[in-house]
Amino acid sequence: MSANGGASDNGIEVEGLVREFKKGPRAVDGIDLSVAPGEIYGFLGPNGAGKSTTVHMLTTLLPPTAGSARVAGHDVVTDGAAVRGAIGVALQEAALDPFLSAREHMRLQAGMHGLPREQGRRRGDELIERVGLSDAAERRVGGYSGGMKRRLDLALALVHEPRILFLDEPTTGLDVQSRTALWNEVARLSAEEGTTVFLTTQYLEEADVLASRVGIIDIGRIVAEGSPEALKAEIGRPTVEAEPVEESDLERMRAVLSRFGEAGPAARGQVAVRLGEGTAELAEVVRALDAEGIGVQNLEIHAPSLDDVFLAKTGRRLEGAGDDDPADEEAASEREAVPA
Amino acid sequence: MIAALADAATAAIGPARTGALTQIGYLARRSVARTVRQPAMIVPSLAFPLFLLAVNSSGLAAATSLPGFPTDSYLTFALGLTFMQGALFATMGAGQSIAQDIQQGFFNRLQLTPLRGPALIVGQLAGVVVLGAVQALTFLLVGLAFGAELEAGLAGALVMLGLSILVAIGFGSLGLALGLRTGNGEAVQGAFPLMFVLLFLSSMALPRDLIENDWFQTVATWNPVSYLIEGFRSLLITGWDGEALALAFGFAFAILALGLWAATATLRTRTERT
Repeated sequence: MSANGGASDNGIEVEGLVREFKKGPRAVDGIDLSVAPGEIYGFLGPNGAGKSTTVHMLTTLLPPTAGSARVAGHDVVTDGAAVRGAIGVALQEAALDPFLSAREHMRLQAGMHGLPREQGRRRGDELIERVGLSDAAERRVGGYSGGMKRRLDLALALVHEPRILFLDEPTTGLDVQSRTALWNEVARLSAEEGTTVFLTTQYLEEADVLASRVGIIDIGRIVAEGSPEALKAEIGRPTVEAEPVEESDLERMRAVLSRFGEAGPAARGQVAVRLGEGTAELAEVVRALDAEGIGVQNLEIHAPSLDDVFLAKTGRRLEGAGDDDPADEEAASEREAVPA
Repeated sequence: MIAALADAATAAIGPARTGALTQIGYLARRSVARTVRQPAMIVPSLAFPLFLLAVNSSGLAAATSLPGFPTDSYLTFALGLTFMQGALFATMGAGQSIAQDIQQGFFNRLQLTPLRGPALIVGQLAGVVVLGAVQALTFLLVGLAFGAELEAGLAGALVMLGLSILVAIGFGSLGLALGLRTGNGEAVQGAFPLMFVLLFLSSMALPRDLIENDWFQTVATWNPVSYLIEGFRSLLITGWDGEALALAFGFAFAILALGLWAATATLRTRTERT
């Protein structure tokens, strides 16, 4: 913990952070977390979990109702300007002016950050090239694809060479190719430039691939935190799913498999069991089924995923959790974030 | 390499504070670019007042035969109103522009830079200045081409241009306050009818002393818009009328002061950042 770290601290320290909105529940309900310098921290949760509200507080756009947070060694409430000077932010909306070109956006962003004109121009061109927008640099942003907008948004966040980068759902709505390109750039920033990255996502894969540590948030609270590997190891045991050749063998198959662990939810006509001892038992499972003379149509072993972690902690699946919720509480809370 | 050195220097001496003037420059440039790249914003702001001028000057020409009417050219008389109408579009333009910024998140982007509040307000009004100047020149040239008089001559034209821009900034800053308050382009548009009521309850169609209805005359006398229109009108019809100009510029500055105060206050409420 380096809560008392100096201005050179590139980390994030959060204690008991709370944000309440008028007429609403606590969007963020007492969050503690710490992000080490140079680390990629994945903040994973469904829509409405409180991810964006947390980012808005950590980036000084929204005052917390209670609790405290230090970003780059500065208090987000009492020293907002110093925090803003140290961070780069790409918010969920890819906030761009459709009537300006990429280069004009760069010039404005560099100018607002106080970069001298020539230095700003050089830095802008370099970033535009790095995100692969050189050919489109003079075109108005209104005609850009979603992926191009996100890339420009990321480049803009980097103009003043921030030590900490906040990315709020940077790949939501992007195609696979754009997503991979963005992942590569974020990974490079962390590995080569030592940039600390705080990234929110509702994609398991994104957190798994990119983050060195993951905080899982649900209904304003962190329900689990750790490296993806450690979180999955905590859930521990893999699940084996089997399907008999003859459907009439289903009950016998269930009886055999139950010797190896407790039953889990399975698709119709299948049996799923969480193995008591781990992958090593798989061979014994096969032998046991064979000994009973049960023909096996299909046998699969699933390593635990972050979704299993989410399920274990909340009793719900993360995948698709947001899609079922047309109200989109997060968006609603964002609208309330600023008094109208 | 040089950038890295510069950054090391920046890190050593702390983040450079950007001067408000530099920020105004960058924001003004953007505001003007946004304005001139939206024909949908410019064309109606020119076409609509000119259309009303054409309708009025042909339909109400008979008013010039009223005893005491100051000129025998209703076109000259109506031209003063045309300038005033331009200000309404300035209000809408400035208000909708900032509301769009808020809705699209661009406002947050600016909030995350070392932005100074007054720089945002002044910079945002640059587009209004350009629009106001283009409107004033167009209205004057079209008016003169169709035979309107300009008693105060070339110097008067310059004063009209100055007053136009001042009125546009004043009403533009009111629009900015409205946009900042609501954060919603449609809400800003909703204020348009209100502006028209303000315009219609003024001396827009007749000189105040020729308005026969008592309450109307009283309202028009209390309505500051009357004095703005009469300022423009005096340069067109009378030449140099010190009192009319003093009233027009006085009210224009008062509206500007009110607008800037409102915009600054709403900006502070809107800006929750710590």
